[in-house]
Amino acid sequence: MWFGGTGDPHLSAAEEGLSQAYKPPALEKLQPWARKQAEAAEYKTIGVYAGVLGFGYNTELMAKKGIAPPRCWADLTTAPFRGEVQMANPNSSGTAYVMIATLVQLMGEDRAFAYLKALHPSINSYTRSGTGPIKAVARGETAASISFMHDAVTEAVAGFPVRANAPCEGTGYEVGSMSILRGARNLANARKFADWALSVEGQATGAATKQFQTPANVDAPLPEGAPRFADMKFIEYDFARYGSAAERKRLIERWDREIGSLPR
Amino acid sequence: MPNLLVPLVLAIGLLVLPWHMQQDGLLSPDWLGLWSTDPASAPALLLAARLNHAWLWPVLACGLTAAVAPMLPGRRLGGGAMLAAGLLGLALMAGQGFAVGLAGWEWPWLERLAGPLAEGQFGMGGGAALAGFGFLFTATGGAARLGAFRGDAFTAGAAGLVAIVVLLFTFWPICLALLSAFDAGLLNFAARLADRRLWGWGGSALNTLALGLAVAACTTLLGLAFALLVTRTRLPLRKLLRALTVLPIITPPFVIGLGLILILGRAGLVNQAASALFGVDLGLWIYGLPGVLLAQVFAFTPVAFLVMIGVVEGLSPTLEEAARTLRADGARTFRTVTWPLMRPGLANAFLVGFIESVSDFGNPIVLGGDYAVLSTDIYFAVVGAQADPGRAAVLAWILLAFSLSTFAIQRWLTAGRSYVSVSGKGDSGLPQPLPLGIRRLCLAVAVPWAALTVAVYALVLAGGFVRVWGRDWTPTLSHYGRAFGLGWGPGGIIWEGTAWPSLFVTLQLAGIAAPLTAGIGLLAAWLFTRQRFAGRRLLEAATLLSFAVPGTVIGVAYVRAFNVPPLELTGTGVIIVLAFISRNLPVGLRAGMAAFSQLDPSLDEASSMLRQGNGATLRRVLLPLLRPAVASALVYGFVRGVTTVSAVIFLTSGQTEMATVFIVLRAVNGDYGLAIAYASVLVAILLAAIGLITLLVGGIRIGRRTPAGVVA
Repeated sequence: MWFGGTGDPHLSAAEEGLSQAYKPPALEKLQPWARKQAEAAEYKTIGVYAGVLGFGYNTELMAKKGIAPPRCWADLTTAPFRGEVQMANPNSSGTAYVMIATLVQLMGEDRAFAYLKALHPSINSYTRSGTGPIKAVARGETAASISFMHDAVTEAVAGFPVRANAPCEGTGYEVGSMSILRGARNLANARKFADWALSVEGQATGAATKQFQTPANVDAPLPEGAPRFADMKFIEYDFARYGSAAERKRLIERWDREIGSLPR
Repeated sequence: MPNLLVPLVLAIGLLVLPWHMQQDGLLSPDWLGLWSTDPASAPALLLAARLNHAWLWPVLACGLTAAVAPMLPGRRLGGGAMLAAGLLGLALMAGQGFAVGLAGWEWPWLERLAGPLAEGQFGMGGGAALAGFGFLFTATGGAARLGAFRGDAFTAGAAGLVAIVVLLFTFWPICLALLSAFDAGLLNFAARLADRRLWGWGGSALNTLALGLAVAACTTLLGLAFALLVTRTRLPLRKLLRALTVLPIITPPFVIGLGLILILGRAGLVNQAASALFGVDLGLWIYGLPGVLLAQVFAFTPVAFLVMIGVVEGLSPTLEEAARTLRADGARTFRTVTWPLMRPGLANAFLVGFIESVSDFGNPIVLGGDYAVLSTDIYFAVVGAQADPGRAAVLAWILLAFSLSTFAIQRWLTAGRSYVSVSGKGDSGLPQPLPLGIRRLCLAVAVPWAALTVAVYALVLAGGFVRVWGRDWTPTLSHYGRAFGLGWGPGGIIWEGTAWPSLFVTLQLAGIAAPLTAGIGLLAAWLFTRQRFAGRRLLEAATLLSFAVPGTVIGVAYVRAFNVPPLELTGTGVIIVLAFISRNLPVGLRAGMAAFSQLDPSLDEASSMLRQGNGATLRRVLLPLLRPAVASALVYGFVRGVTTVSAVIFLTSGQTEMATVFIVLRAVNGDYGLAIAYASVLVAILLAAIGLITLLVGGIRIGRRTPAGVVA
């Protein structure tokens, strides 16, 4: 059993035949994005939760600096945010790649890279890890970050002055997935676990352990503070295209060439 | 009597113990099903005779030969037969292990030759391990009988043991991992090696080199200052100072990073004070080179200190007394006698500092910011958005080249000189007090450093007792309650806290690994400094290899090499213990080598003239003189077992969750309170363990006098 983690590796494992197909009974009860993930892999994997890309910001620091909370992608390139934003480096972080792929799908590739170039003066650090920026926001090391919104909720619940917004122009998301490995020794138990993980009780464990992703089962209660899909504007995320190794490599190399090498 | 012992080991391995690995671990009750017809718990003979494992017959036949061979008369005949049977047995074991996998033949040509197999086999287990040792010691015994290793069976066995450990658990996995750099062809490798992201300004290779050199220089000097203060002065606080220098080594690495952020970060105490008093915002200077440098110097000074204190303590005062008698003043004695005698120790400390720095993972990931270094780049090449293990292998090559060249330079600097100062000849005298200038310098360096350490630890400790570290300073015990809660049930104590399972696993695995690491490390040190045999240099270089490779690479290499039979260890506790041994062996080795190079070989000669074998000389003459090295190897092995993150994060599983991995995951989820509470408890446990080891193994006593003031 392989449980959790972002959906791309689950899809490539299914492609390489490392996992086996299974249709849990809860399939009909799942959100469309979770079903889409399963259909793309011929049911060798299935979506369990989703994370929405957005902005995290430190309310205290923003108030102290007199900056209005970021609402749109365009806000981040304005003067008040100069040197106040952190994002991860796509060379090392899947979060940052999701952001670039989202922008490319939202604006078209050339305009997306023009935006990233305009964003560069606002970024004070391209961190190695995807969750690094939101931790920095929580500790007041930077005012704002580009992060998954559920990570911002985790920090807020831990007692830090953190809030999250979804970009007004539209945003992308990741689908956390699970797969049953081919040749699993205890197949019956693995299937039982998969059934449970997608059931209402199973999906509720996220909130109980302070994980604030959006659950896949439509009947599962949304954890308090978790991003509500209905309230946000989404792009039609093309997981097949932007999950492929070649496209990923090309976009990351372009980022490296055009933005990563810029002086600061 | 090895003549009887080795055949006995062989017999138990082949006839009694289960040949294959136990699915539920070493301590499962499957062991009790000896001679059961379940292939998972049957010994080799039964497997071959009744359970269709016909490929084990050659191994069994070879085992019989190896058991009988020692009884053959004559040096040539007996020795030759032993060597041949032992080597053939090992080869057959390896051959059948690779040839028959989980689902039958692994190699297609064998299947064409012998037809498909009905069933395959699991990975090797306890029986196979014992049989392997039996074959190995038969072979080394034979070699000794033929006159190799000066005819000494103990030396031969020791060399064989070290060789097989290094070969199987260091050389092989790392080679597999490194070779994967060439998967995409030589041209691709060359192109990746010359990458601008590595060698350009701010490239990770260049950054790693600069950081490593700076850290090594700082830690060596600080370690020396502390070692001199602790051993050569009667400073009232030196016991405390000694404890302080040990603190960072027993702390999980990222804790120091978080502590530094709390003090020096943008929202840290210093910055808050600066903006309140002077209205300046010091900004984010800590992220990047300064922060990583500071945190690493914190983390690795103790290692340098442990190396240096062994050297300074082992320095016989006789020569210094002689210099004083010849009317040299304190400063001159220090410059012309003490300092040169410490050179191998300094070179060792520098080497250790450099290699620790370039392979460190925890600090760059917490404090690195934009400052890219190789070890984190490797990690992200494997798990990050690139998912490019080939690039990781290329980076590992560069890292390896760095560490190996430092090693070569160190060898070149200290080669061809003798640093022997402790001999068997009578009284050793009293250590000289430090010259005043040196003493002041040491104090000026050490005291501010100690103060900063105290500050970081006070903050970290406080973090376990407040609601939200850095924000809500309301005192609470809830973090400790959640981690270490106890309940009372009908069956006795219920371990309710979330931290208990990982704590028990960690202590158990580190406790198993530490004596093994220290034992093999010192044995290897003795072999490399005291014995001459063919292939010694090669073996030494291979042993140090794992030290030069960062933990992340070792972790990935282990998962890759030990995922399938014949050695199917991924997900077990065994693989973690093996990773600890292979990672920490070089430190025990270097401490041992530094200590051995100070002991006069005339001690060995005297012992062998009194007709003692090499084994008895090691045990009765050298080991008692090596107590500080033994103690520090034990301490280091245990502590590293408890605090390592980098290699272990790839190797833990549901059953073998390690404390550090648990803590890191809690911290990553923003649960700093629990992470800090747990880390504090770990630190306390380690302090107790160090005290216990020092008490049991004890310090060195070279001189026979005590200072006059005390005697009266």
